[in-house]
Amino acid sequence: MASVLAVDDSASMRKMVTFTLKSAGYDVEEAVDGVDALTKAQTRQFDCIITDVNMPNKDGITLIRDLRLLPNYKYTPMLTLTTESGMEKKLEGKAAGATGWIVKPFDPDQLLKTLKKVLG
Amino acid sequence: MSIDMSQFHQVFFEECFEGLEAMEAGLLNLDMGDIDSEVINTIFRGAHSIKGGSGTFGFSMVADFTHIMETLLDEMRDGRRKVTQTAINVLLGSVDCLREMLTSIQNEQAVEEAGVAKHKAALEQELNGSAKTEHSSAPAPITISPIAATDVDDLNKTEDFELNEPGWKIAFCPYLDLLKTGNDPVRMFRELAELGELTAFPNIQDIPSIYELDPEECNISWDLKVTGDIPAEEIKEIFNWVEGDCELDIQALVVKAAPVTKKAAPATPAIKETEADPVPATVASSISAPVEIEAAIAKGPVKAAQIEAEQAKNVVQAASSIRVDTAKIDALINMVGEVVITQSMLGLVGENFSMDKVDQLKKGLAQLERHTRDLQQSVMNVRMLPISFVFSRFPRLVHDISSKLGKKIELKLVGENTEIDKSVVELINDPLVHLIRNSLDHGIEMPAARLAAGKPETGIIELRAYHRGGHIVIEIIDDGHGLNRKKLIGKAIEKGLIEDNATLTDKQAFELIFMPGFSTAEKLTDISGRGVGMDVVRRNIEALGGNIEIASELGKGTTIAIHLPLTLAILDGQSVAVGDETYIVPLVSIIESINITERMLNKVAGKGETFRLRNQYIPIIRMHKIFNVQPRNTSKMTEGVIVVVEGQGVLCGLFVDDLLGQQQVVIKSLEANYRRVEGVSGATILGDGSVALILDVPGLVRFSSR
Repeated sequence: MASVLAVDDSASMRKMVTFTLKSAGYDVEEAVDGVDALTKAQTRQFDCIITDVNMPNKDGITLIRDLRLLPNYKYTPMLTLTTESGMEKKLEGKAAGATGWIVKPFDPDQLLKTLKKVLG
Repeated sequence: MSIDMSQFHQVFFEECFEGLEAMEAGLLNLDMGDIDSEVINTIFRGAHSIKGGSGTFGFSMVADFTHIMETLLDEMRDGRRKVTQTAINVLLGSVDCLREMLTSIQNEQAVEEAGVAKHKAALEQELNGSAKTEHSSAPAPITISPIAATDVDDLNKTEDFELNEPGWKIAFCPYLDLLKTGNDPVRMFRELAELGELTAFPNIQDIPSIYELDPEECNISWDLKVTGDIPAEEIKEIFNWVEGDCELDIQALVVKAAPVTKKAAPATPAIKETEADPVPATVASSISAPVEIEAAIAKGPVKAAQIEAEQAKNVVQAASSIRVDTAKIDALINMVGEVVITQSMLGLVGENFSMDKVDQLKKGLAQLERHTRDLQQSVMNVRMLPISFVFSRFPRLVHDISSKLGKKIELKLVGENTEIDKSVVELINDPLVHLIRNSLDHGIEMPAARLAAGKPETGIIELRAYHRGGHIVIEIIDDGHGLNRKKLIGKAIEKGLIEDNATLTDKQAFELIFMPGFSTAEKLTDISGRGVGMDVVRRNIEALGGNIEIASELGKGTTIAIHLPLTLAILDGQSVAVGDETYIVPLVSIIESINITERMLNKVAGKGETFRLRNQYIPIIRMHKIFNVQPRNTSKMTEGVIVVVEGQGVLCGLFVDDLLGQQQVVIKSLEANYRRVEGVSGATILGDGSVALILDVPGLVRFSSR
């Protein structure tokens, strides 16, 4: 069972992502912002990180940049949740080391399909 | 997989309302002279989250609306746009509009589209306005990614051949550090293989010798062939994420010389349309907008009354679920655990009971008592909310009203984290709104008048909450012109509320404003009362078991202090005996209890009995007469006790047989279990199982004065 860390400051989005992934059989843990996520990522190894971009304390881009510096997360797939208009954010995410992105709004099926791209 | 999205709606709505509050607070905090980028960021984040969530949960109307706000805020955040007061007002209006929209959606009512369109137009006007520091005349920058546009175009050329020989040839040459983004060619190939039949030819000539090899780098490139009827974007999508991390060449398998037709693949216009869509919409609506914008901007303050009503509504809604600190829940669970342990211990004692176990039994019972008390405390704690639930709405109120009145007013909130019972929170909102409006309208002077009086131009209203004893005190302090004692008395005489030659202490004079039918404003405004206000405020606060006090100094300001019990579920009471019955008098309304002598008694023909206490004549209510019970000690005043109570600013002596003791009582509703009884606010169950009535002191005072 692949493990996923879902990072979003919005409780409803977090719930929706978690619920979707759990029903698909993933092992999911939630984090409320980048700082929380970084701590949680260091306590156990996740197979994939899904993170929102705009968050208080530490945004998604910085989180990815920080995670990539950790030996354990050098090759871990990391996806950003981003809005359609934010092409710059997508590229900025890539520059920081993000694997790819999921465009908001998305429905559960899209989410699972995208996740399948990076998790075997 | 089908997942029922409606299960997330409640959380989404709560989050939205929280987000809106944060946005509102942020907008109100923006200081024109010194823009704090962190504040803008917070406001932006609010809009951003609402937009993301509403799109995902299928509220496209909300998503469209917030999109414009987001764009505007994004430009402000990046410094591409100046922050102007007009922009802030428009954004504040939009926040209200969003709140209405979300409330309607939440209650499954139709959204008032005209209003939404108006705000949308105002936003778009602002977006296209001149405050922008660059692209001054251009509409919002629409970035069509060059990659998306050109690549799909390239691919189109080949689409006409799909019928002849479907399939794609892909030259994929990853850069060395492709793996470091977490992308993996193997996974991509797996996806390709799902689309059609895949053949991959690796080029391994670039792999260095084992001594120079860095296993973290990707040294292989591939020539791929996928056959099958596959749309161009599906192929492109797979390589979407590695754009810029590799050299990529995608071509149709068979290249015949063929005319490049204009017939575009369905995907192309679709992409372009969605990207380009906002432009015509923006232009179209901004033409018709200007007139309405004025209206939209002006609407803000005018709608104050409506906003207030909505705010009250929001409070009620917020009450359906509360957020509880996990520490409180943990404490609760901990206590329950203790109770269970004690219970099983007592069970053990009872199983084979003999007299030598009495000590153990007593110990267990004492423990149980302690745990029950702690448990009660913990449960009460869960119901406690910070008063900021109420306070957080006031900055907006003050902002709107003060700008309407042309006054400069700063609102200071102190002690917002003071906790108060949820039920009290719900009921205190309206009285507080009324009092603050009064301070805004009647308390603080116009800027010119303030300067003339040697005060700073900006008036200050301080809202302060703190705990004192078992009570919460809320103070509304303004530094306005204070209450004019002479004016108050004059007015009261004019209205026939007091005698011409009445001598009043300052306190009594100020209390006049709580009398029904009293209003001192020279002319009535739509902001504060029509003289029906303050007496209602006092009645509501007393109904909550609290009281209200006023202090004022002419020219310096006014302080109104509200004392409220921390909870409406438990009350500190004084048990009194009347005949064989026990009654509970709320401790908060008791001034003192005394035995009186014959000398102090005073009978006024036709007006009942009074007694003299420190030069004040206080009417006496014989409790046994009101409740029709047989008094224990005859009806001689000197043999019983007089409990002096205050209700609605009036002192009154309750004649009872005896004082029994003070205790905390749990309030049970009489109305729910029986019916409303005048002079009684509820009932409680005593230790021996009998019922005792809790007296409604203001009600009794009213009752007896008739």
